[in-house]
Amino acid sequence: MANTDPCVVVLQLTGGNDYVNTVIPYTNPLYRDNRPAVGIADNNIIHLDQTYGIPDYMAPTKAFWDEGKLAICHGVGWKESPRSHFRAMDIWHTCEPIKVGTEGWLGRVAREFDPKKENVVQVVSMGPSLPRALVCPGVPVACVAGPLERYGFLPQVQGNERTAVLDRFAKMYSPAIGSGPVMDYLSETAIDSLKGEDIIKVAPQKYTSTVEYPNSPIARKLKGIAQAHCADIGSRIFYCDHSTFDTHAGQNPGHSLLWKAVSEGVEAFWADLRAQNHADNVVMLLFSEFGRRVHDNGSGTDHGAGGVAFVIGEKVKGGHYGEMPSMEASKLVQGDLDPNMDFRSVYSTILDKWLGLNPAPIVNGTFEKPAFLN
Amino acid sequence: MAYQDDIELMAHLMRRAGFGAGRDELEARAAKGYEATVEELLHPETQPAADPYTLLRYQPASLLPGGQPPMGNVNWLYYLVNTQRPLEEKMALFWHHVFATGNSKVDNYDQLLEQINLFRENGMGNYRALLSKVARNPTMIFWLDNQQNHGTAVNENWGRELLELFSLGAGNYTEKDVRECSRAFTGWTFETKIPRAPYGRFPWKFEYRPEDHDDGEKEFLGHKGRFNGEDILDIVVQQPACGKFICRHLYNFFVADEPQVPAWPIESPRDQKAIDTLVGAFRDSKFEMKQVLRVLFNSDFFKNARFQHMKSPAEVVVGTLRFVRGYELPKPGYGELSMNTAYMGQDLLNPPSVEGWHTGKEWINSGSLMARINFMAEKVGDTSSPGVRDIITRLKAKGSLSPNQLVDGCLDLLGPVQVGADTKQQLLSQANEWGQVSWDNGSSEVADEHVGQMLQLIVATREYQFA
Repeated sequence: MANTDPCVVVLQLTGGNDYVNTVIPYTNPLYRDNRPAVGIADNNIIHLDQTYGIPDYMAPTKAFWDEGKLAICHGVGWKESPRSHFRAMDIWHTCEPIKVGTEGWLGRVAREFDPKKENVVQVVSMGPSLPRALVCPGVPVACVAGPLERYGFLPQVQGNERTAVLDRFAKMYSPAIGSGPVMDYLSETAIDSLKGEDIIKVAPQKYTSTVEYPNSPIARKLKGIAQAHCADIGSRIFYCDHSTFDTHAGQNPGHSLLWKAVSEGVEAFWADLRAQNHADNVVMLLFSEFGRRVHDNGSGTDHGAGGVAFVIGEKVKGGHYGEMPSMEASKLVQGDLDPNMDFRSVYSTILDKWLGLNPAPIVNGTFEKPAFLN
Repeated sequence: MAYQDDIELMAHLMRRAGFGAGRDELEARAAKGYEATVEELLHPETQPAADPYTLLRYQPASLLPGGQPPMGNVNWLYYLVNTQRPLEEKMALFWHHVFATGNSKVDNYDQLLEQINLFRENGMGNYRALLSKVARNPTMIFWLDNQQNHGTAVNENWGRELLELFSLGAGNYTEKDVRECSRAFTGWTFETKIPRAPYGRFPWKFEYRPEDHDDGEKEFLGHKGRFNGEDILDIVVQQPACGKFICRHLYNFFVADEPQVPAWPIESPRDQKAIDTLVGAFRDSKFEMKQVLRVLFNSDFFKNARFQHMKSPAEVVVGTLRFVRGYELPKPGYGELSMNTAYMGQDLLNPPSVEGWHTGKEWINSGSLMARINFMAEKVGDTSSPGVRDIITRLKAKGSLSPNQLVDGCLDLLGPVQVGADTKQQLLSQANEWGQVSWDNGSSEVADEHVGQMLQLIVATREYQFA
């Protein structure tokens, strides 16, 4: 019996994805004026409509658009967004533009769903580090750096002995009172991982698929997510990333490789979920910490402000949400697109319309909700 | 008792200024004295360098590994495991955290290793001089696109990160300063890359092209002039923010875990006085890293900061291999061995971005904790390894051991490690299950095994994750 709870998959485009070369305003003369070096040639643009196109290296994305399952959120960011990758990413993760946030927005979601922490594999992150978006005190996250099968403690201990050793290990990690937040964090991580490993490890056994994923890091991560999702182990929040979109130089070859990997991975992922009848309860969000400078620098683009986010899903109402901020020189902020959709708006729609949660306490405020979900 | 205190302090120094040490080495160093040991560490030239020919004999592909892992990692791991100049290697690692440069883009371990060598040779020298070398380092130039920073078309990548991540920290400059700084570094590039085929790779070489340099007037951090890159560096190091930033990095790396770098403009240091002390040494010595490190290692705030620092994956892997020994020769299998830091979240020579790695608590998540515990437990469980044999020999000399003695002996010889009462209780109940451990009457195999298992339990504790 397939799990029907709504799930979210986040694909983070790390490094600052170039908005105007991703959703190209191909009829706007200012696009050509500003992109003498890295503009996408007309015959390499796939038109979405009369106004916007995508570069041909994102071709697989077109099908989602045609099916009406791709929402494009324009001009996302926030006023005063910093041009620092790291601070900007932190703000996206924590919804705290002023102070340093300690809780990630998805971590809060997980806590809402499962305050008693009954499911230790509710949140699955593919990769060796833990994104701040998932961090929240008391929320377990299964970070899977390699194949799911290899997830687990002390694989060298097998047989009868294993139970005893893992039991001892669990006792050593039982939280001691007053041992400090980092010690508590270690305890929690270990105990939750111990509980989760048997569930995660066997997920691939419950998975058979005829879909061939491309051989790229992002496709491997997405496949891991599909395996966990299709195993119906109660995972609802999935995270992965691809990098680096920091295309200061050599942008055209670089951006095309990046998006080719992402588009093909995403295509395979959805084909897989559909083939397994596990697509209906998934929404996928693609975002980056900022867009890039409007005028290119001769071979690439420097850090900018307003960017683009994509939301894909069977239940998503495809189309444009918001509009691309003006590229008129007088409307730019330090040469960058002035964000006209707060990134927390995108989150708010997903939280309210998809996950059925009150967005305000999660994103720290009330924001407009673009209607890409009913 | 004073003797045990000396050992504990020396163990602390060696964990931080190096990659830990076995008991024989700790005793020898304690006999020599703390300050003398600090001086020896600060003068790597007094110790022999690791032998490059052994590496070449076993792993010829690691000399010029090209863009494919793991041969670049093999090269550095060999030096990390074999060095008799631990602080030199630790400082190379420190600067690799700060000037984080990665193969994901550079696609050239030859050049990355050359950069690490730059850190090795200059990491304890003058920071201002180091900045100058880094600004001319072709690997860095390519990583941050300065070869695309032209007088006619400014590329801000290097200019921004120089200020944000390599010297001042966010919040200590304006967007205009980024622009002007970048202009000053126009024309700083490297020789045109020659196509690889059919001759293989050519080393990259710095080149300054005056015709591509924007020689116009610039306004930078309140100064005005026709600045070139060196002028910018002179202005940068004079900023009070610079010393604070570099010293906070040193504190986070060597003393105790700080919040992540992006939080620094907002959150104060956990020990402002310590940072002030380090900043004073930085300023008074005119940016001599050796003097700052001398002050740091001899300070009370350092000596008292035991187990306040989450071991980085490099510290876990290298520390474990140096402790158990037997991994000095880069034999087949070294490639896989060298990837273990990556499995724990620290892919050396390939940081996730120019920001470097998030440290401290952020090293830990479910997958990385599994990776580090599994790695350490496998290595210390091998009772045939020389380092574990040493522990067994010392324990054996006591005759037979009560459960209490076994636990205390193992904790002592593996560190000394301090564990909480609850952890100790668990270790003891395990030892109680085994009863008296003795090497008499043909039971030595069982005794060895129990020592190995006790060491495995200890490396799996929460406490052992700290240095």
